Amino acid sequence: MANHASEADFRTRLQDLLPKLVLSPTVAAMVVFVYGFIVFTVYLSFTDSKMLPSYDWLGIDNYVKLWGLRAWWTAVTNLAVFATLYIGICTLIGLTLAILLDQKIRGEGVLRPLYLYPMALSFIVTGTAWKWFLDPGLGLQNTMQMWGWESFEFRWIKDRDMAIYTVVIAAVWQTSGFVMAMFLAGLRGIDNEILKAAQIDGASNWSLYRRIVIPLLRPAFLSAVVILAHLAVKSYDLVIALTGGGPGRATELPATFMYSYTFTRNSMGIGAASAVIMLMTIAAVMTPYIYAELKEKK
Amino acid sequence: MKTKFVKKFAIAGALMAATAAHATDVEVLHWWTSGGEAAALNVLKEDLQSQSIGWTDMPVAGGGGEAAMTTLRARVTAGNPPTAVQMLGYDIQDWAAEGALGNLNDIAAAEGWNDVVPAPLQNFAKYDGNWISAPVNIHSDNWVWANKAVLDEIGVAQPHTWDEFVAAMAAAKAAGKIALAHGGQAWQEMVVFDGIVLSVGGADFYREALIERKRSALESDRMLEVFKRMETLRSYVDENFSGRDWNLASSMVINGEAAFQIMGDWAKGEFINAGKVPGEDFLCFRVPGSEGSMTFLADQFAMFNVDSAEAKDAQAKMASAIMAPSFQIAFNQVKGSVPSRTDIDRSVFDICAQKGMADLAYANATGGLVGSLAHGHGQPAALKNAAYDVVTAHFNGEFDAAAAVEELSAALESM
Amino acid sequence: MSVASQDTAVRTGGFVRATIYLVLIMFALFYLVPFYVMLSNSLKPLAEVTGGNMMAIPQTWTIDAWLAAWSTAQIGVEPTGLKPYFLNSILMVVPAVAISTILGALNGYVLTKWRFRFDNIVFGLLLFSCFIPFQIILIPMARMLGIMGLAGSTPGLVLVHVVYGLGFTTLYFRNYYAAFPTELVRAAQIDGAGFFRIFWRIMLPVSGPIAVVSIIWQFTNIWNDFLFGASFADVDSMPMTVALNNLVNSSTGVKEYNVHFAGAILAALPTLLVYIVAGRYFVRGLMAGSVKG
Repeated sequence: MANHASEADFRTRLQDLLPKLVLSPTVAAMVVFVYGFIVFTVYLSFTDSKMLPSYDWLGIDNYVKLWGLRAWWTAVTNLAVFATLYIGICTLIGLTLAILLDQKIRGEGVLRPLYLYPMALSFIVTGTAWKWFLDPGLGLQNTMQMWGWESFEFRWIKDRDMAIYTVVIAAVWQTSGFVMAMFLAGLRGIDNEILKAAQIDGASNWSLYRRIVIPLLRPAFLSAVVILAHLAVKSYDLVIALTGGGPGRATELPATFMYSYTFTRNSMGIGAASAVIMLMTIAAVMTPYIYAELKEKK
Repeated sequence: MKTKFVKKFAIAGALMAATAAHATDVEVLHWWTSGGEAAALNVLKEDLQSQSIGWTDMPVAGGGGEAAMTTLRARVTAGNPPTAVQMLGYDIQDWAAEGALGNLNDIAAAEGWNDVVPAPLQNFAKYDGNWISAPVNIHSDNWVWANKAVLDEIGVAQPHTWDEFVAAMAAAKAAGKIALAHGGQAWQEMVVFDGIVLSVGGADFYREALIERKRSALESDRMLEVFKRMETLRSYVDENFSGRDWNLASSMVINGEAAFQIMGDWAKGEFINAGKVPGEDFLCFRVPGSEGSMTFLADQFAMFNVDSAEAKDAQAKMASAIMAPSFQIAFNQVKGSVPSRTDIDRSVFDICAQKGMADLAYANATGGLVGSLAHGHGQPAALKNAAYDVVTAHFNGEFDAAAAVEELSAALESM
Repeated sequence: MSVASQDTAVRTGGFVRATIYLVLIMFALFYLVPFYVMLSNSLKPLAEVTGGNMMAIPQTWTIDAWLAAWSTAQIGVEPTGLKPYFLNSILMVVPAVAISTILGALNGYVLTKWRFRFDNIVFGLLLFSCFIPFQIILIPMARMLGIMGLAGSTPGLVLVHVVYGLGFTTLYFRNYYAAFPTELVRAAQIDGAGFFRIFWRIMLPVSGPIAVVSIIWQFTNIWNDFLFGASFADVDSMPMTVALNNLVNSSTGVKEYNVHFAGAILAALPTLLVYIVAGRYFVRGLMAGSVKG
């Protein structure tokens, strides 16, 4: 009898412990490989690390140097421009395509993968093709002129002030289809009865979307913006493949800046400092979202 | 502190290397992945295999070795360094300073490397007087490549002075050609810059300004003239230059769209590959005004610390095979560069390479041989890239020549 | 299609419909342009690529570039083509996707159905980990792999990809399971079903759609990764992307653009296939959970 009870007791305890046991490898991995490495990076940013990590304390010198570098300012400004446009345009195109595709379109099964496929390709694959397409002498401009539109000009990629916008174009190309899928999923999740009721009340299509559908898509908007924001901050391959940071250093972004200082310029300390700033920016953007996410689920 | 860091992990690495590869294998990290280069390297591989030394290939291309250097850092940090790594200039010295490199003194002494390798190159292949790497080749970047048919068509001869060069470019432009084929990437602008500094002030000025970073040279009128010449060149470049790969610029010269290109001697491979004959279809000559001096960059295989006697032996055999005249000839004929030793028979090379070898011997004897700033033989990475920023910003019109002089002097932390 | 019945109830006229189709097709063309550039140039001889109009269709059609990219192009010292690296990628991707998806499912299950103190904080930390820029972890990760003896091996790469994918997979499954009625789990518990039994019998059977999302996401990211592959792989474990990079990014050699493009498409085929085959389930999976926040 007593034996039986203790066995049951053990089983309950095991059942209580199991969930935590299952979660523990993930938690351990996070503590070491994410937060441990972040602490390491923060530490490096205060040292005189050059080619390899060094542990000679330097204080805030790296941060002072970093904010004194013109290229860093360019990178930060570019990120602001790039992220705003990229998130804005992707959301707009994604939403538009999703709404249009949601009108009982014949051939949706063909169109949808066409919109989605760019997400499947890395810029190592598409970089050269984009570079050629945007190059005035090889791509769009040349083709248009050969087709007889002599005055057609599209030379943004060669223009210091405009090159960052070509980065936006390629980035939008890559992810807007994915955003479309997220909105489409959101639209398909909306109860048709609500729409029908509104239509009976005489609402026009426009006001139907503005007043009812788009507000109902709030969760999709939130997810889209978060995913896009994180892709914007991480954007690296894109710039390297498309412009290599040029013309001059006009299209440098924080991620390319950090890589080049850490790995090609042997200034690991400054690179780490820029990484810390990036992480702080991400934290500032993400914390409200994570907080809201957790609150809602309570 | 840093040295300890590397050593600690080198030991761990040696343990792992023993399980990963046979002691008599060499693992080689390099970025020679294009057809001709890789085929040339295969000569070395087969040579070693005939001595029953296995070759574990670890190619990582991209950014003129930048990607490979990142890989190397990860490998060394993991305690798993390759046996030999393709490297340029100051990178070798930086790794030597970390205490990560081995020692080739025995084989170097036995084969008399001191006598055949040009002294300026030895400065990069040795650290603290010890041989640490084996130089494979010598490239030079103050070359001009010209389409002979285009020159004949517009009625100009090979230019020998800067003024003749400008006149030739003007004639080409007037004839509706692109005068100068150029790819607007920072490193390509730096290649042009190297050549122009030589053409303005010769090797002594180059050395004072770009190597010794003397303020008197960096802020001189001659440096102002350098940037003015860059502006002149800028006016002869077509408007789509920005971001173009160097080999697309070469094909513009090859197919007669453009008259000239200023580019290192690897450009020759593009011409040869297109079936063009040096001296007949295209001309190779030094940037006008820089005749007699040359910038160099040398690919080397830096040898990393290995522990076992067998591995050391394999490493020494690899170094010996690299320096062997037969490999030097076979490799450099394909690569467009010239041998890293000055005692090789020139007659088997084409006329551009023959000129390169003659120039090397002459420049080496007369103090005209200087390390290329564009390719990591002028300054360590941090300063080199700071200089890149200025030159490319100026070329793209961000500031004028006078401002560029000041910016460059600041970027190179002139003394 | 099965989701068609859920299409919007909005009614539109003929002219509007024509405009809609036009806009949709215009966008489809926009999305296709880079692929078209790659495909048409991969089917031309090199001289036509460098000499002619890069936007034009081939005048001479040839698949030589494709054959070269697959089996004879120079990746390193030996002219192996991309073929051998394909297997390396598969060996890395399959376990990494499987492990990260299974762990993500279990994590999501724990975080929604077996709530405990601080579970929200754990999830918050996991979520933030999705946003770490990968460049900063290269050096410390290399060191950890060295200590664990996994440097330059496929298991090492799998570990790295699992670790940095867990945040995403957990996020997907957690949001999906959050919508699943907890009462069913409690009822099963009262009937005496244990932790794994409930997961196996109740949660897994309904997890199809979100598993598709997780698999597609992980597969694409891991297959396309270059940074980790270049840093942590050895010659025996070098993935496809690193080989492709060696093919297209050589710096001072002759560039065979047609071979580059053919190689690029070859390297992308698996991910393209996944998107085309699983694409429709993808939208359904997103619909089923992850975008509902």
